[in-house]
Amino acid sequence: MGDLDSDGRPDGCALVTGASRGIGAAIARGLAEDGWAVGVNYRSDSDGAEEVVRKLEEGGGHALALQADVSDPNAADALFPPLEERFGPVLVLVNNAGMRADGLAPQMEDEAWEKVLETNLSAPFRLTRRALKGMMKARFGRIVNIASIVGQKANPGQANYAASKAGLIAFSSTVAAEVARRSVTVNAVAPGLVETELTEGIGDEILRAVPARRTGTPEEVAACVRFLASEEASYVNGTTLTVDGGLTA
Amino acid sequence: MPTANKDQIEERMTEALVSFGAERDQVKREADWESLDVDSLDLVELAQIVEEEYGVKMREEDMKQLKTVGDAVDFVAERADS
Repeated sequence: MGDLDSDGRPDGCALVTGASRGIGAAIARGLAEDGWAVGVNYRSDSDGAEEVVRKLEEGGGHALALQADVSDPNAADALFPPLEERFGPVLVLVNNAGMRADGLAPQMEDEAWEKVLETNLSAPFRLTRRALKGMMKARFGRIVNIASIVGQKANPGQANYAASKAGLIAFSSTVAAEVARRSVTVNAVAPGLVETELTEGIGDEILRAVPARRTGTPEEVAACVRFLASEEASYVNGTTLTVDGGLTA
Repeated sequence: MPTANKDQIEERMTEALVSFGAERDQVKREADWESLDVDSLDLVELAQIVEEEYGVKMREEDMKQLKTVGDAVDFVAERADS
């Protein structure tokens, strides 16, 4: 078992995939505020990732930018060893990186299906498998998978994305039941419409469907992740926390 | 990877099994997993320890053949020496 820090949790670090901007960057900032050293994974936006790291370090935190395309089956080898060497075992894993390739199912190409499933579902599986080694040994771990309300409610044009996110929710609850007795929790967060580059310029008509009449912010999603990653959430396991302003209520 | 004799491997496995909740005085070569209340997750973790410390891979199909503590100790000892 690892050493305990002043908060009573084992020494280690957090890894956030897809953290160079948007929700992932907000999660990285939040976890750093909670005292975690953070691995900031990015696929292509090195400037964005370095900027996130710079700000975390300016705020007194510790962070490391890590390039890897999570859909690469060997991504774990690029992400875990550098973090473990510098900050200790990865005790918080946030599988945030994701992609979309929308289209109606009758016309969807195999490639659009496979790419989305590989990035949004297979990658979290591989990274979770790798992270569990250190977490089980430490008898502490927090895995948070960023799903989507589309995994719970139909959204035509996103059969691949919906299947990946529904799969991620089922994956989370199943692994949670497998490893709960090692004090490892695995939960999902399902955001609705969140203000990111992907939702820029969405019309008022869509927003009228949201009871809150606005998009959410990356920080509001990050707040849920911070809670699930905290000591206080030790008995919250295998659940999905929906963050959608009431859209699916 | 360091070499280890059978006694050392048995001692390390006993330590691991006790950390999973088995009673130390019950951990004997002839003890089976069920009698020690060792479950599938414990065996996964045992395999992880064996791989990290002795460089011996215990795959799922291997684990199915290993019914007792002695079986597992012998399995690791044979491969750690090779």
